[in-house]
Amino acid sequence: MKKTWQSPVIQKMNGGLMNKFGTRTEYEPVKHIDGVSVQSLIKEYGSPLFVLSERTLRRNYRDAYRAFSTRYPSVQFAWSYKTNYLNAVCRVFHQEGSWAEVVSGFEYQKALGNGVPGPQIIFNGPEKTNEELELAVRNGSLIHIDHFDELFQLLAITDRIPEKPRVAIRVNMDTGVYPVWDRFGFNYENGQAWDALKRIVTSGKMTLTGLHCHIGTFMLSTNAYRQAVKKLADLAWRCKTELNTPLQYLDLGGGFPSTNTLRGSFLPGTDAVPSVDEFAEAITAQLTELGYGTQDTPKLILESGRVLVDDAGYLLSTVVATKRLSDGRRATILDAGVNLLFTSFWYDHTISPAQDFTHHTEDMALFGPLCMNIDVLRQSSNLPLLNRGDQVVIHKTGAYNMTQWMQFIHMRPNVVMIDEEGNTHLIREAETLEYLQQPEKIPAHLQQPEKK
Amino acid sequence: MYLRKNIATSENGFIFNPSTGDSFSANPVAAAILEQLKQGMTFSDIKAGLLDSYEVDPLRLERDWDEFINQLREANLLAD
Ligand SMILES: Cc1ncc(COP(=O)(O)O)c(C=O)c1O
Repeated sequence: MKKTWQSPVIQKMNGGLMNKFGTRTEYEPVKHIDGVSVQSLIKEYGSPLFVLSERTLRRNYRDAYRAFSTRYPSVQFAWSYKTNYLNAVCRVFHQEGSWAEVVSGFEYQKALGNGVPGPQIIFNGPEKTNEELELAVRNGSLIHIDHFDELFQLLAITDRIPEKPRVAIRVNMDTGVYPVWDRFGFNYENGQAWDALKRIVTSGKMTLTGLHCHIGTFMLSTNAYRQAVKKLADLAWRCKTELNTPLQYLDLGGGFPSTNTLRGSFLPGTDAVPSVDEFAEAITAQLTELGYGTQDTPKLILESGRVLVDDAGYLLSTVVATKRLSDGRRATILDAGVNLLFTSFWYDHTISPAQDFTHHTEDMALFGPLCMNIDVLRQSSNLPLLNRGDQVVIHKTGAYNMTQWMQFIHMRPNVVMIDEEGNTHLIREAETLEYLQQPEKIPAHLQQPEKK
Repeated sequence: MYLRKNIATSENGFIFNPSTGDSFSANPVAAAILEQLKQGMTFSDIKAGLLDSYEVDPLRLERDWDEFINQLREANLLAD
């Protein structure tokens, strides 16, 4: 029998300068996702291909819900639509009991379309049109006011329609994590937040339902949430005692990190980030210290996004070519690039071959298919040699990619979901040229190829 | 083109170039090729032998061969 071929390579050994953390092994082959073979997925749905695991989505939700509900009597999650608003994904979370958290008119419409009752939709964000606000007021949704202009916009709406808006304000604050996200909401330290609350209550035209903050994303400090709880609780206390308005909820927003590895980080994300349990402990312990958690306690709302969906998403891709760069490094070109994987600007995504390989590994750059310099998935990753036609699995791609993907140079590919029984469902069809050009119009004088 | 005379190679793929002080590691196929280059075999004889003993189609071999020779040249291991 003939021996297995592997491309011959030599690699320069640099005198003793070994990575002090040891060579990371990212090269276990990953041939199956939830029991379905990667090869068969690509054969049936093409490459590249996004794959979502319904089992992981539900498990993540239940784990997070349990982490909070075992520590605090009244907990509600609201699915952050912008993290992944494919309807199938949203519906999994709604079936699990999640409300919807939206930041635009079209996300609001999507939530309604997914069957979420108006009062269970949280409407965040700095830009809401009159039509959008009126609809939200009529539906009894929770409107989180971002700035004074919006507050006055809403007051004007109350003159036109009979329903009383149910509102909260978004509060920004110093939690010891910098930079402070002070562009959204009303500032706590300078008294703006309190001014807004007074104005809402004294207007008599709106129902103040709660307080909201979202202190950042991919937060690595549990203590920051303790600070946020203290400051929101202080405002809530003053609403109750000075404005005679007890609040129904405190909304702590999202921000818990997924286990992805931040770019340039020495430690893999799995070792570096606090778990949901640790965040739940910090938040609920602080609430309990302040006397919350008994009867008539305000509801604790969480708008977690990435931590619930990131590791449920995979991007499958195929090797287009390999080449040597002028400095001798190997480059591997994949058919999926930053057009699909926006998060490769933040993360060193783990990439695994999807088939057996020979044991020689090499540091290589991984590029996407775009004819653009920015299209880098990994500057350097230690992987076995890959050949044209080989398949790879890119891990933890469920958050923000299926919303921030660009229709740039290439069209968006199929997205499938593997259900809990291992059946595969197409949940978004690959785009076509027809779909892409459907909204375009060609002026009459350009209908003919020749200039008149 | 041939492998520089003073290059030291070992069976397990260690390569040392005494004139530059550089050392390299070779994967098994590369080590086998280097061994044959050292013995002074011609490129075409080595390639024919590889086709006989490995599961590889001729086009793929050509492509990999060219890239490998380039690597050797860049590493200063070849002489004309
Ligand atoms: C208001 C609000 N809530 C929730 C989220 C979800 O955040 P994450 O994915 O960090 O949990 C975001 C995202 O930035 C947000 O802006």
